[in-house]
Amino acid sequence: MTTGNSIAIRTDRVSRHYHMGDALVRAVDGVSLEIRAGEFIALLGSSGSGKSTLLNLMAGLDRPSSGAIFAHERNLADMTPEDLARHRSHTVGIVFQAFNLLPRMTLEENVELPLRLAEVDREERTARVREAIERVHLTARLSHRPSELSGGEQQRTAFARALVNRPSILLADEPTGNLDSATGDQIMQLLREINQTLGMTIVMVTHERPRAERFAHRLILMGDGKVISDGVPA
Amino acid sequence: MKGRDLGELAIRNLREALLRNSLTTLGIAVGVASLVAMVSLGVGLQDLATDRLARSGLFDAIFVTPRSAAANFRGGQGPLFAPPEPPKPLDEDARQKMLALPNVVEVYPDIRFPIEIHFNGNPFATMAAGVAPSARKDGAFDGMKGSFFSGPGTDEAILQIDLARQLSNQPDSLIGQNVVLRYAERQPLPADGSSASDGFSIVPKEKSLRIVGIVETEPAGGVGSLGRGRLLIPLQLAQTLRTAQANDLRDLLRDNPNQHSYESLTVRVNDPPKVKDVEDAIKQMGFTAFSLIDASKSLSLVFTVFDLFLGIFGSLALIVASLGIVNTLVMAILERRREIGILKALGASDRDVRRLFFVEAGAMGLLGGFLGLFIGRLIGLAINFGTNVYLKGRNLPAISVTAVHWWMAALAILFSILISLAAGIYPASRAAGLDPVEALRYE
Repeated sequence: MTTGNSIAIRTDRVSRHYHMGDALVRAVDGVSLEIRAGEFIALLGSSGSGKSTLLNLMAGLDRPSSGAIFAHERNLADMTPEDLARHRSHTVGIVFQAFNLLPRMTLEENVELPLRLAEVDREERTARVREAIERVHLTARLSHRPSELSGGEQQRTAFARALVNRPSILLADEPTGNLDSATGDQIMQLLREINQTLGMTIVMVTHERPRAERFAHRLILMGDGKVISDGVPA
Repeated sequence: MKGRDLGELAIRNLREALLRNSLTTLGIAVGVASLVAMVSLGVGLQDLATDRLARSGLFDAIFVTPRSAAANFRGGQGPLFAPPEPPKPLDEDARQKMLALPNVVEVYPDIRFPIEIHFNGNPFATMAAGVAPSARKDGAFDGMKGSFFSGPGTDEAILQIDLARQLSNQPDSLIGQNVVLRYAERQPLPADGSSASDGFSIVPKEKSLRIVGIVETEPAGGVGSLGRGRLLIPLQLAQTLRTAQANDLRDLLRDNPNQHSYESLTVRVNDPPKVKDVEDAIKQMGFTAFSLIDASKSLSLVFTVFDLFLGIFGSLALIVASLGIVNTLVMAILERRREIGILKALGASDRDVRRLFFVEAGAMGLLGGFLGLFIGRLIGLAINFGTNVYLKGRNLPAISVTAVHWWMAALAILFSILISLAAGIYPASRAAGLDPVEALRYE
């Protein structure tokens, strides 16, 4: 895990354009950013502002149309599909608004899945799964399936799954979007805890400005694919 | 992803859509069953035909006689007539040498002699023949009444049905009864120093034998001994009787007339294709050797073509079943689109996703292969059963018309897996190529 003042993510005039019929959509349009290791960033903006697309580019789920995007000084735009898969497996952990747990698997199995994909030895897995589940305070629910968990519990499971491979960057796309306000606060508290205790770099997409101001170190506001403002919360 | 994890995830996925995957697997099983049943019928018929040919004793036997003086004639090369070489005697020494040749399982003389049978006070003139122990496997003894000789040199006889009918109106009642055999024995003359003592005399002898069986057809004793005898005795017994043989006159003319030689020998080889080599070796030893060309070669060509066509027809069902796999897996991609997106977001590579779908296809192929093999064998057994019911109705002996060899079983399962994997290529590539962002957006 990289901490201190090194650069975790750097984008250099990165763009993501795509065609919708005859129209060219500039989802991300020449964004240049530097995110230091250990920072807690909130990407703000209205729907269609390009914040989720930028997060997908950082996650290596999508490729830029032009420009460069570096994670620990490695350009994702130049990576092979295999390298990108390794980036998603080892460098970043991703959490979604819709939790995206596999419904047929128990909590424990869901959390173990990234370890299977990363070919971690079976003996080591159990300990790492327990450690991740303890971190999100869900030890009592190990053998429950997602349908038997509350929304907050499901999102915490998703966090455990994102943390289990010990990535250096946590990317969260509207993690509180499907939760009530109290549960949303608990999840934000968890994010802060992860950021502070593990020193993990966090980039969170949200449209809830007040909550972002309360928890994040830095707010980046996007509109029409561009960065409108970038600064610390007031 | 490691193989074990891949397997666990694949099985989990297969169990998820249990009904659909079971039906697809059953489709493959029916395809494999049709292939196995067809090919096992072809192979079974081939086995039956080659077995019958082998048991006829015609294609694994070499008929050996002493080389006559005329055989020493060499045309074309060297002197017109070779220096006269005495023909080698076909004696016990030569027999042992032939027995020592590779692939030779048995060398036995063709012993036939005229006899007179005394039964219920009436004489019956006929021919007796010695039967080698290997003849027990001969097709002619299938379905015989009574039993084969209990030992190699026992005082027992098997009657040919025509002779049995001559002896009694109820031939079956002869089994277990004794019959007296009168035959001509060759005895050396007492040594008195004169040249006449080199000869032998022929005297009548009698022997009582117990009838143990009655055979319908006359067994062929190899190439040279067609039409042997109507009273069959163990070969070893025939040898100990020292009966007068046709070549006794030839023995009389040799330096040592009392050293017995054989008129002919039959050499049995363990495998028809080896006959040619053994035959050449015997010719090298200075004897005349004769065998029939191995008919099983041309027969196996015919059956190979036959099996090929049966295999093609059988495979059609399997190919149709493979379309079922394509359909099932393509449906699975649609259903699991989001799941594939999640796997990719968590670090699964395109290769992992492709392998996962391959393992699922392969597992259905493996399971379908085993199940199909089982069903195919059941169909084969049903065909055997039906055939034998029909044969029994016509008083014919039971046979097996279908056969599953281990290599067929292995090939059927391998073929099933390969076809399934081939069917999995398209769905697996499609799943691997899914854009994770698109897949995650899918509801």
